[in-house]
Amino acid sequence: MTALLELSDVEVRYGAVRALRGVSLEVRQGEIVAVLGSNGAGKTTTLRTVSGLLRPVGGQVRFEGRRIDGTPPHRIVGGGISHVPEGRRIFAQMSVLENLEMGAFQRRGSTADELELVYGLFPVLKERRRQAGGTLSGGEQQMLAIGRALMSRPRLLLLDEPSMGLAPMVVARIFTILADIKRTGTTLLLVEQNAAQALAVADRGYVLETGEVVMSGSAADLAGDDRIRAAYLGEALT
Amino acid sequence: MSAGTTATASARARVLWRSPEARRLAAWVFGGLVLALMTGPSGSQAAPVAGFTGSLFHPRVLVFVALGVALWALSFVRARYGERVRETSVHLTRLPARLVRTRRARYGVYLVVLVFAVVYPPTLSGFWQEVLVDQIGVFVLLAIGLNVVVGYAGLLDLGYIAFYAIGAYSGAYWTGALPVHPPFHLNPFFVIPFAIAAAMVAGVILGAPTLRLRGDYLAIVTLGFGEIIQIAATNLQGVTGGAEGVTGVPHFSVHALGVHYAWTLSNLPYYYLLLGFVVLVLFGFRALEDSRVGRAFTAVREDEVAAEAVGINVLKYKVMAFAIGASTSGFAGLLEVSKIGFVTSQDFTVQLSILVLVLVIFGGMGSLPGAVAGAAFLQWVPQILRQHPLFGYQPQDLYIYLGALLVVMMIFRPEGMLPSRRRKRELALAEQGIGTADAMSGSADPAAGVAP
Repeated sequence: MTALLELSDVEVRYGAVRALRGVSLEVRQGEIVAVLGSNGAGKTTTLRTVSGLLRPVGGQVRFEGRRIDGTPPHRIVGGGISHVPEGRRIFAQMSVLENLEMGAFQRRGSTADELELVYGLFPVLKERRRQAGGTLSGGEQQMLAIGRALMSRPRLLLLDEPSMGLAPMVVARIFTILADIKRTGTTLLLVEQNAAQALAVADRGYVLETGEVVMSGSAADLAGDDRIRAAYLGEALT
Repeated sequence: MSAGTTATASARARVLWRSPEARRLAAWVFGGLVLALMTGPSGSQAAPVAGFTGSLFHPRVLVFVALGVALWALSFVRARYGERVRETSVHLTRLPARLVRTRRARYGVYLVVLVFAVVYPPTLSGFWQEVLVDQIGVFVLLAIGLNVVVGYAGLLDLGYIAFYAIGAYSGAYWTGALPVHPPFHLNPFFVIPFAIAAAMVAGVILGAPTLRLRGDYLAIVTLGFGEIIQIAATNLQGVTGGAEGVTGVPHFSVHALGVHYAWTLSNLPYYYLLLGFVVLVLFGFRALEDSRVGRAFTAVREDEVAAEAVGINVLKYKVMAFAIGASTSGFAGLLEVSKIGFVTSQDFTVQLSILVLVLVIFGGMGSLPGAVAGAAFLQWVPQILRQHPLFGYQPQDLYIYLGALLVVMMIFRPEGMLPSRRRKRELALAEQGIGTADAMSGSADPAAGVAP
């Protein structure tokens, strides 16, 4: 079976700085894949490359077998990949409903089905649909950002640090919902610093360090690996 | 009031002087005096103190002092009965909005304004009819065009008048008034698509490369573009007529279906022509606001990264907003040039670009009624005051006062005269921003996040 998303030997530069030094990874249909790593490892760069915001100088990005590196971001959204950007980036001055409708910008016609799906996953958004996005709590804003991304009915959802700046209880709730989203048939590629949470819901994971994949494997294997536990799960080696 | 406080030269007055209110009153009166001096006649080398004496020993100084005292009284009342005054004033400022809450009521108001705009001008004097066309009508059109760029898409365009110039020169060229001649001469009506297209193409050519840049850079580039167009128009004398300008741009005329009518230098027919076009453009932009394109503009203005994430082609919509604004400006340029019949590069100053921006900001960014009202109000009031015995000003000082007025407006009503609902909400949220930020450090927030 071919991968839904496949990065092979992708290299991205910011000027003279090599942010990704030949990253290869794949995401199969129906999986949750977590990309772990510390600050500056290249996690966000990887996501931004997939969603077309960055153009790789080397390597290939394939989605459903077709090359998408160099495709402009709005085409990629239309092609079935949605990006939940770092720091949520909701439209603070638009209402919750308007935010969700913006998420369906590429879909013409009725958005009733998509709305129902999102409200089903996040009932709080339905309650607050008339409220301005900026007045929501951090956790609700993250839910709105995810809901907005789901409005385009993506086959692959990219999530950049959904746990950022949220209380542990809220993070746990968000990750439960990510598992629900997986059950609706959407594939997820997740970038996280919160390795414990990410590996708890993910099927597989990759570990990035200074722009290179240094480790990969099933979530269970990674969670059990001593080096991961020491570096990312904050456990002392015994 | 002022007589009462100053005349009581007793021990009680000395006590009073120590009170903060008295000092505040003194400051207001002093401010009034300074304003009286500033706005009074200016001195010259021959009579350096003439301005000073002419301002101080003139009845107008009393008016300014009285104005200072009145403002002091106002601030005094506000300080003492602050809560109640604030409530009443909030109530009063919201009243118009409440009255026209329904769509039908709002359209009723527009209809009344339109009827007024149709039946009132014929009763005006020739001077005011000219103001209506040259100062108000053309600038209303310019303002609603710039409103698309600045208000909808959030792009700061400081070279807006360059497109007006392009429209004006297109008008002069296609009607055969320029030193260079077109392949065929056209009636100004048929020049409309050419002028709009020329301005739009210029907008796209300038916009496509520069709109990749973020805010400040765009402002600098457009500022430069405005200067380039004016300097080029001045120096290409053989093409544009330069600073001396060219005359003989024909008026609009209709020769069709047995109707023969020609507009002339007289103002009223041009006023109605302009009114018709303005109403048409307003309908168009109103539809634009609610369309998919309009929503894309709003998204781009609020957050470019988020707009990109939801699949909006940010550059495309920025160029589109820029080009729509440019073509409106070009259209206005054509209308004005064919009305006054001549065109000179001296008219297309950067000040004019800034003036239109001021009109939009003053009226309320992103609001069509605001852009119309702002342009009409700010172009009309200076004309009244110009000849006024007490508040008359030197024409070259106009921008000082407009600037001061804008500063006052930004302090007390930053959303503008008739703000859009969205803009009002933005400012209200920004104010709350401090409040919610405080609340987030509390314990209530995570719980709210978990709530189903």
